[in-house]
Amino acid sequence: MIGLEIHVQITSLKTKLFCSCPADYRGKEPNTNVCPVCLGLPGSLPVFNMRALREAIKVALALNMNISDYLVFTRKHYFYPDLPKNYQISQYDGIGSTPIARGGYIMIKVNGNLKKVRIRRINIEEDPGRIVYPFASAAKSPYVMIDYNRSGIALLEIVTEPDLTSPREAREFVRKLASILEHLGVCNPRLEGALRVDANVSVRGGERVEIKNIGSVRDVEKALSYEITRQLAIVKSGGKVVRETRHWDKSRGVTVSARVKELEEDYRYFPDPDLPVIRVSKGLIDEVRKELPELPDERITRFIRDYGLSEYLASVLVMESKLLADYFEDVVNVCRYPRLIASILINEFLRWIDEAKIDINEGIRRLSKDRLCYVINLYSEGKISTKLLKEYVKRIVLEDIDPKDLVKEGLTVLSSEEFIERIVDEVFREYRKAVEDALKNPKAINFLVGQVMRKTRGRADPKLVNEIIRRRLISVERG
Amino acid sequence: MEVPTLASVIEEIRSRPKLLTEYIEEIYERINRVEPILRAYITIRPKEEVLRDAKVVIEKLRSGEAGKLAGALVAIKDNIVTKGLRTTCASRMLKDFIPPYNATVVERLLSNDAIIIGKTNMDEFAMGSTTENSAFYPTRNPWDTNRVPGGSSGGSAVAVSALEALASLGSDTGGSVRAPAAFTATVGLKPTYGLVSRYGLIAYASSMDQIGPICRSVVDTALILDVIAGKDGKDATCIGVRKCNYVDEVREGINDGVKAKLVVIEEMVSEGVEPVIKASFERTLRKLEANGFSVSWVSEQIIKYSLPAYYIIAMGEASSNLARYDGLRYGLHHSVEGLSWYEVFSKVRSEGFGREVKRRILVGTYVLSAGYYDAYYLRASKVRRVIRDRLKDLLRRYDFIVSPTMPVLPPKLGERIVDPLKLYAIDVETVVANLAGLPAISVPSDFISNLPVGFQIMGDEFSECYLLKVSAFIESILKVSPTAPSWVM
Repeated sequence: MIGLEIHVQITSLKTKLFCSCPADYRGKEPNTNVCPVCLGLPGSLPVFNMRALREAIKVALALNMNISDYLVFTRKHYFYPDLPKNYQISQYDGIGSTPIARGGYIMIKVNGNLKKVRIRRINIEEDPGRIVYPFASAAKSPYVMIDYNRSGIALLEIVTEPDLTSPREAREFVRKLASILEHLGVCNPRLEGALRVDANVSVRGGERVEIKNIGSVRDVEKALSYEITRQLAIVKSGGKVVRETRHWDKSRGVTVSARVKELEEDYRYFPDPDLPVIRVSKGLIDEVRKELPELPDERITRFIRDYGLSEYLASVLVMESKLLADYFEDVVNVCRYPRLIASILINEFLRWIDEAKIDINEGIRRLSKDRLCYVINLYSEGKISTKLLKEYVKRIVLEDIDPKDLVKEGLTVLSSEEFIERIVDEVFREYRKAVEDALKNPKAINFLVGQVMRKTRGRADPKLVNEIIRRRLISVERG
Repeated sequence: MEVPTLASVIEEIRSRPKLLTEYIEEIYERINRVEPILRAYITIRPKEEVLRDAKVVIEKLRSGEAGKLAGALVAIKDNIVTKGLRTTCASRMLKDFIPPYNATVVERLLSNDAIIIGKTNMDEFAMGSTTENSAFYPTRNPWDTNRVPGGSSGGSAVAVSALEALASLGSDTGGSVRAPAAFTATVGLKPTYGLVSRYGLIAYASSMDQIGPICRSVVDTALILDVIAGKDGKDATCIGVRKCNYVDEVREGINDGVKAKLVVIEEMVSEGVEPVIKASFERTLRKLEANGFSVSWVSEQIIKYSLPAYYIIAMGEASSNLARYDGLRYGLHHSVEGLSWYEVFSKVRSEGFGREVKRRILVGTYVLSAGYYDAYYLRASKVRRVIRDRLKDLLRRYDFIVSPTMPVLPPKLGERIVDPLKLYAIDVETVVANLAGLPAISVPSDFISNLPVGFQIMGDEFSECYLLKVSAFIESILKVSPTAPSWVM
């Protein structure tokens, strides 16, 4: 059984959750993006950033949840150096407290089957600071540094029911959730640390183990596979899986024990007296509902219906990244060929940006709408073959080159009859046997075509080559 | 010699700005003389710095740009943060803490051209009622230096009472402004919860803490409140409803008088109230009746539970608010080498906090623990709601609830502090206002064997206009304040 706890930063906000420090803390000098409030200095008080409520409502609606009538913040106490007040302002499901939303679900598709994954609740809470290990890991570092730039960033903690049964499902779930958040505009999941997954895993006959620190969609599957294998091996050898918290060590691809939990921790929850309860009006919820954008499932359906895409192409385009799906629509609106463009984006573009290790924004900048449309036009006019089309995309993405320069380089179909005739002459001289075969069996002509293409390094227009060879064969036959 | 008040000094300085320098010289001369005995201050600003500030104010007075409090030489309780000026909370934990920002109330005082003289002594983290729980030294009562001045804002009350400042700010969680006001013959106001911003007040119990002025007269109190009250975007609990100019109300009260319906809750003047205090209280009531007030007596059984409810809530919140003192970012610091986080935290907190603070953190941690939360914190919160409802109901029928401010005369040093329960018991009259969020003021009403006695008046939420008006009238009837012990003059 797998249950997930996903911490999502509300990256759409301009400021932190309870103070006016910028929410964009990335890449700043340590401890420069702070103020008395997010440092928890004596006397400071939190003031709620109301925009965060709107964002939380968006997510709750998209995940089909019941939204609480009241917004109540609760203090969750534990001593840890990255937590400036030694309590986190969070939410809690208990007497006098409530999470912002409860009881929703997400549909995922695994191996062609639809599955409903239930969401237990969403909390709005503040992010702690970050402990920085100067020598890569805790074990190797004789000291640590604490950076509070992240302290107080708005988080949504999304908790699922233990409905997931395999690492693959867990990965699909996180992918779907990330796509929904991106379409809502609440979170940019590609930002480092913007989406962090903790997982609770148990196998039959064992205790529940919590895995923390899983950073990416891909790692969810890896970490869970490792952990399940580890737990099964213990059970099989007659051992006992102990209740503990483990950390995912990405570089080694293993989970490492962090602390053994013998008892349920006592967080001493109580309603935060610094933050008055706020009523969540039906009017606000309706207003947010009206502004909800198109969500991934609706978009996939529309792509299949309006652009004639296969379900596979449509769902990869949408789920890979909203940016890619937006870009796809942009390009198709200008130069048509939706199916061709979808397959180029998925099979070529994604492959090469991955190879070059550039992000999707940079990839789209290089393969701009104008450049791609220009290449598509070359193709539709017969100036380049499918093979060359792929070559163009590859070189544009890898070299950030203008396709017009590739044309100047001569990377187009050779349509000079005179030149092709010369090559055909050459081939006929070199492969007399093949010529005789072709005279007897029309299918054998392909070998000759292939040789011409080889000599022109794929640039000859295959149609033209075919025609010239046929003409030549006729004249050979006539002698 | 006439006792100067904030109002009289401000007025005098308006026509003769240069006098400000003389007042400062006089106050520093007195501080040098009385501080070795009284110890009202923890930090006193160097005179030269204060004189430099005065120069700017004098210039402004001359050019007619001075703020409402030009000439106000004020003392600030040492749990209210002051930018660049050490703020210790009378704790070893914050012995060397220099805040990088000003509390909202400090900003407002300064922008109205008040000048800060220093930071006053208190019970550590405002936990206590005698100012003996300071990590540094106790403050003594100027009316009898063998006695405590009350607390926790004892330093603020003594600074005003002994003429070491013209006015001061204290904080009141369960009576910490009113108790020392009563014991030093000063006026102390705890405003409605949410009238004055708590931003920059180092939290003890967030749902009850309020900053309030301690002054030598009701009009002085109104002058300070006028500046510090009002909505603040930095404190979500501060809604700051203001309906009047407090000073105008006070003047009206003095000139025209008020006829108000007063009510006494029997449970507040029975158990634990010394007979001399009760007798004095009844004398005061008779004087008020003679001046047109009506007085009724009612019984409210729930009041008996106010003290335990108050201490459970206060300690629970304190255990949470004081969790942040771990020695990593500010305050008492220890070498962390070779120690785990938890060892560092334990060491710092063991050394940094005093006994009473530790006691309240431990009890507070207990009442918030899973399994005990319902029986203690939650039940106390319910009692609190009932008390609030009962008092609000009473205040629909009567204008003000009155009582003695303190059930006893100022105790001798060491007399109460030995037994925590005896110490907590003297808050019995004052905690009610904090539990219910209501405004309450202590006005000097009597002297018994040359020891001050205070009269507490509690009003409805955000009724400070009316409360101050009535208090000013009562003050004019009782004719005790303004006053000061003759030896300090």
